[in-house]
Amino acid sequence: MFNLYFIPQEEFCSKLGYFNPFIPIFAANFEIGMSFRRIKSLLVVSLSFVALLVSTSTKANESVVLPTDSNKVKQPIVAEAEPAAHAAKEEGSFNVTETILEHIKDDHSWHLWGHTSLHLPVILYTSKGLEVFSSKNFLDEHHEQTIYKGNFDYKIIEGKTKIVDAAGVVDVQASKQLWDFSITKNVASLFISVFILLVVLLTAASAYKKTGVKSAPKGLQSFMEPIVLFVRDEVAIPNIGAKRHAKYMPFLLTIFFLVLTNNFLGLVPFFPGGANVSGNIAFTMTLAVCVFIVVNLSANKSYWEHIFWMPGMHWSMKLFLAPIELIGVFTKPISLMIRLFANITAGHILVLSLICLIFIFKTVFASAIAVPFAVFIGLIELLVAFLQAYIFTMLSAMYIGMATEEHHHEAHEAHKEVAHH
Amino acid sequence: MLLEINPLVLPDIGLVFWNTIAFLVLLIVLGKFAWKPMLKAISDREQGIEDALSKADKMKADIAAMQNENEALLVKAREERAILIKEAKEASEKMIADAKEKAKAEYERIVADAQAAINQQKNAALTEVKNQVGALVVEVAEKVLRRELSNKAEQESYIKQVAEGVKLN
Repeated sequence: MFNLYFIPQEEFCSKLGYFNPFIPIFAANFEIGMSFRRIKSLLVVSLSFVALLVSTSTKANESVVLPTDSNKVKQPIVAEAEPAAHAAKEEGSFNVTETILEHIKDDHSWHLWGHTSLHLPVILYTSKGLEVFSSKNFLDEHHEQTIYKGNFDYKIIEGKTKIVDAAGVVDVQASKQLWDFSITKNVASLFISVFILLVVLLTAASAYKKTGVKSAPKGLQSFMEPIVLFVRDEVAIPNIGAKRHAKYMPFLLTIFFLVLTNNFLGLVPFFPGGANVSGNIAFTMTLAVCVFIVVNLSANKSYWEHIFWMPGMHWSMKLFLAPIELIGVFTKPISLMIRLFANITAGHILVLSLICLIFIFKTVFASAIAVPFAVFIGLIELLVAFLQAYIFTMLSAMYIGMATEEHHHEAHEAHKEVAHH
Repeated sequence: MLLEINPLVLPDIGLVFWNTIAFLVLLIVLGKFAWKPMLKAISDREQGIEDALSKADKMKADIAAMQNENEALLVKAREERAILIKEAKEASEKMIADAKEKAKAEYERIVADAQAAINQQKNAALTEVKNQVGALVVEVAEKVLRRELSNKAEQESYIKQVAEGVKLN
């Protein structure tokens, strides 16, 4: 039901001899991750059970027809855009799936409080050139979706900006030419996190100039230094090696702090948090592509040899292994991408589902169960936020370490000789 | 098929674009102005601590070596003192023994000298006694000769008697 918590498996995989590149995504071998997964799945199961009981009893006692069927209550976290969800938009009805997805997805405006929202700029690049306007233009005076007439007629359909004709029908052909570089909620949140990181880390770094090397770190500096040391001593050196790690430290530290900050900001329920940056596939994809580039640019000869012509194997085995290993080159960053995206999104969906229970049952008493559970999951999410940043960085370091590792072939060659005779 | 994919897993080009820029800016700015000085300071400090520790260890070892040296010196001095005392003792004993020996030799020499002198005087006295006895004998013989030369037989028996009575030495 809830296997969104993917576990790093590459270490185990590499011991097996690089055989299965698909294991990393699905297998479970990470002890900390395991226990959390267990706790979480246990929670979800028990919660669903309680929810099921309460919902059936409400249905039996009262004749109020709830807009959600019991099927949906059983699985409040299934994040599929069901066609039926759109149909159920009557007055006073409440659609859980839509509400949750609305919170998970990116948006052109950033809700601050009450009826106040921050309307972020829309930047569109079309065949007619660049165009910048406020996202306020997508809404009419009744806060309903409307068409903005710029170079083309634009309308937001399911969260994405599309070119429409006068009747409001999507012009698929023209929409393909549309490049949306808008400063969305996620982009704005990303900029905020970049700003925070720059301020915090540059301040911390300047303290070294002021107080010198010999004195003990103070204040912000003493808060950041253990984290930097953690990345160096627990992530970079064990995976890359004491000799080569220094070159990759800035990259790993930047990734770690960027992911960590966005994970934490995503857990803050109000401005300037609330955006789901690290639970957005575009964000994780960009970072995974950066890791992919760094890993493959720093890869040495023996890494490629191990991929295309595995030493110490029979030639038929080499032919067999080459495509698998080649797929492995791509699955590694893809697993990074999916792991972070799925973990953070799942956490958000879980918290939102718990809060939505109150609206599903339409009784304030549901909060007696929902709020403590939401707080508990929130606490776990704090840990997951750190854990995922750590895992992302550690796996990046491990891939870099695998790509730059110096292999010794004596054993392989000796084995080969024996096999031939 | 592609249209049915959940919008959650469809990356937006906008976020990819801005994220790439944000990441590169962070990587460059932080790499130059935050990570580099931080990591350098940390490694410098670690190096400093390591140096200080090794220095302290070295000093400890130096002090221990000095202590050992001192002790060795002390032991050596003690030994030397013992040797000196022993030598002095031996020298004094030897001096005493020498003096004793010398004294003994002197004493023996004196005794021997005295004995020699005694012997000499005894011999001298004996010689004198012999000389006087000889002179007396001659005197007596003269007197006898003067009185008894008329009687030949008596003369002879007397001589015989005298001769028997006088035993040389």
